[in-house]
Amino acid sequence: MTLHVLAVDDSRTMRGLLDHALREAGFHVRLAEDGVDGLERLAEATPDIVITDINMPRLDGFGFIEAVRRQRAFRSLPILVLTTESAPELKARARDAGATGWIVKPFDEQKLVDAIQRVTTM
Amino acid sequence: MSGNDIREGFFEECEDLLEAISDGFAAMARGQRDSETLNAVFRAVHSIKGGAGAFNLDTLVEFAHKFEGVLDAVRSDQLKVDDVVLRLFHRAGDRLADLVALARDGQIANPADNAALVGELAALIDDDDGAADEAAAAAFVPVTFSLDLFGPADEAGPVRHVIRFTPHRALYTTGNDPALLFQALARLGDLEVSADLSRVPPLSQLEWDDPCIDWTLTLNTEADEAAVRDVFDFVDGLCDLEIVQEGAAPAVFLPPLIEAPPLLVPEIPADDPAPPVAPRLGPVPADPMPEAPAAVQQRATIRVDLERVDRLINLVGELVINQAMLTQSISEVKLPPGNRVEVSLDQLKRLSSEVQERIMAIRAQPVKPLFQRMARIAREAGQAAGKTIYFRTFGDATEVDKTVVERLGDPLTHMIRNAVDHGIESPEKRLTAGKPETGTVVLSAAHRSGRVVIELTDDGAGIDRPKVREIAIRKGLISADKELTDNEIDNLLFLPGFSTKTEVSNLSGRGVGMDVVKSEIQNLGGRVSFGSRPGFGTTVTISLPLTLAVLEGMVVEANGETFILPTTALQETVQADPASIHRIGTDGLFLSIRGGHIPILDLGVCLGLQDRPSDLKGRVLLLLENSSGGRTALAVDRVVDQREVVIKGLEGNYGHVPGIAAATILGDGRIALILDTDELASAMAAEPDPIPQRLAAAGG
Repeated sequence: MTLHVLAVDDSRTMRGLLDHALREAGFHVRLAEDGVDGLERLAEATPDIVITDINMPRLDGFGFIEAVRRQRAFRSLPILVLTTESAPELKARARDAGATGWIVKPFDEQKLVDAIQRVTTM
Repeated sequence: MSGNDIREGFFEECEDLLEAISDGFAAMARGQRDSETLNAVFRAVHSIKGGAGAFNLDTLVEFAHKFEGVLDAVRSDQLKVDDVVLRLFHRAGDRLADLVALARDGQIANPADNAALVGELAALIDDDDGAADEAAAAAFVPVTFSLDLFGPADEAGPVRHVIRFTPHRALYTTGNDPALLFQALARLGDLEVSADLSRVPPLSQLEWDDPCIDWTLTLNTEADEAAVRDVFDFVDGLCDLEIVQEGAAPAVFLPPLIEAPPLLVPEIPADDPAPPVAPRLGPVPADPMPEAPAAVQQRATIRVDLERVDRLINLVGELVINQAMLTQSISEVKLPPGNRVEVSLDQLKRLSSEVQERIMAIRAQPVKPLFQRMARIAREAGQAAGKTIYFRTFGDATEVDKTVVERLGDPLTHMIRNAVDHGIESPEKRLTAGKPETGTVVLSAAHRSGRVVIELTDDGAGIDRPKVREIAIRKGLISADKELTDNEIDNLLFLPGFSTKTEVSNLSGRGVGMDVVKSEIQNLGGRVSFGSRPGFGTTVTISLPLTLAVLEGMVVEANGETFILPTTALQETVQADPASIHRIGTDGLFLSIRGGHIPILDLGVCLGLQDRPSDLKGRVLLLLENSSGGRTALAVDRVVDQREVVIKGLEGNYGHVPGIAAATILGDGRIALILDTDELASAMAAEPDPIPQRLAAAGG
């Protein structure tokens, strides 16, 4: 069964890299440009996992994760944070918001796939 | 998409991001220092850092990181943005742009080059010893999860790990799932799972996220403890975890109270009516996710190889010519009026010209990035000259052909350096003259009657005309007794080798003069002229065609040949009326029109098709205005038509022919030359005939 991934990142480059890496791994990928866009994509179809950036315009990663978790259907949807930040207080904030895991950019493709496998049923 | 495409895409994105940074600082300079402006800059720097990290551009990452740190201090109100800080930000932005450019060219930037600037940035956030910053930089080492793959894995055989694992409630609310953790462990080796169900409440009291099971896991694995701990990376702090390594031999440990079945039952209680389980089971068939290309279609822009666009432009050019040829052939057949062929042809004409227009628009780009680069040039020039410069731009959104935008960089750079170096006075002089100490330089762009007009205005001292004249005489460019209008004196600055500055400055004096600016602008089909008022400043005006591929032209005949005259230069056409034509001197003919006297030139003579002007009777006079405002009446035999023509360059094959700009193909397939009226007029004016010249100036 193909895994569906929703990747949310405001950087065109990062979206391109994610798209490339995840497709190579055999996943279905959909992309969103920021938190607001991400929520819209999420309303269209439910992915198996969400990967999101933190620093984004309109709605940042924290707000996005909180908004996702407020929806009953997504209470246990795995959400991985993929960001350049690695400060413990930011990690704690993301976790409080409901993030499942935290990956520091730049990402290694295999590790990313491993992390996805670790939080999804594949 | 290949890795290279993504990399190229990154640099393209960087251009947008650098633009956003530049925009943000410009807004801040105007006093707009709200959090949204700042956040936009922060995000842009952050995105550059993120992308650069993905491509291992370490110097860029490091610099962006430090820059971001300072911006973050502003975000958290630890640092206030004043003019000094903003200047530093500008420089940091410039440096960032340089680093991006270096990285794009595959050059390795030397981190030492950033040291001074990084030091200044660090000083802003009281980071004197840089220790905190170093720590932050260290924290950004691109570590992903852990590097267990190369750990001391292949020592002695499998090791037995006993793991006690008690999830907290928060483990469930973050979307983590013990069952998945167990599966990950099982991938490392042989796993045995047992659950302590003693805390499980009656079904009616069960909460979906209540962690009421304690787990004991026994893992026989070749992997080391770090790899085992790594599995629990995401749930660190969300559970009680104890891992005991027991060596190869089985050891005694607290036996599990109840054996759990080997196949894992998710601990999410079965009576939970909420659908959180559903997403975990993969896509629900009734609600499939659309294929990714659908998502891609939502983007409002696409990136297209320029070569494709140019090929399209060329083809459309051919199409327009072809259509013109068809029109001509059909008109020769003499079909009855109102016939369907002509109606259809008319539609074809409209359509093809619209297609052409739209395709041209693809090549059009706003001048904004160019203007932003110029802001930097102005800043640097001001610094080097010890003058404070206020640089403003207008009409950033004005669109010009891509090639024009690209090739305007050098001339504009030179003009701005000139303005700062020669135009703006020293601060002391400005104060003495009652002007503000800060000099203003304004760069603007606008569409004006089918052309793009770019103006650079400074509020400096203006052109010192007596001095220009004196230098021109000294250099033998003009004779000492020659009387010149202000305009003509200004135009001396365009002569090769002219420089008013006695000593070579480190800015403008690079062996490039306004003559080079002029020829570069002319190569783009443009014109450049000066306007200046002593004491008030100087304006350099560049007028450019909207596109380099077609031009609106008047088809005229002279001496049996057909020529195209760009309508941009054309003011009006006048039927030659003997009453308004006056002869002055031997050959000087003038057209009196609305009180002015305009010299008449015969096109045939200008081009050397005939020695003497033909009789003007029955001929047409085209009133042309050149870029510096001078007027000429060009006598032609007949005006045939006015139409759009496709420009076909000649210089590749013939070199530059004075007075000829390019060529085009007419509807009947013949080739017609496109005239450069400015050059024609100035070539004629250059002949010694002072009386018409002065009269012309008085009349024009």
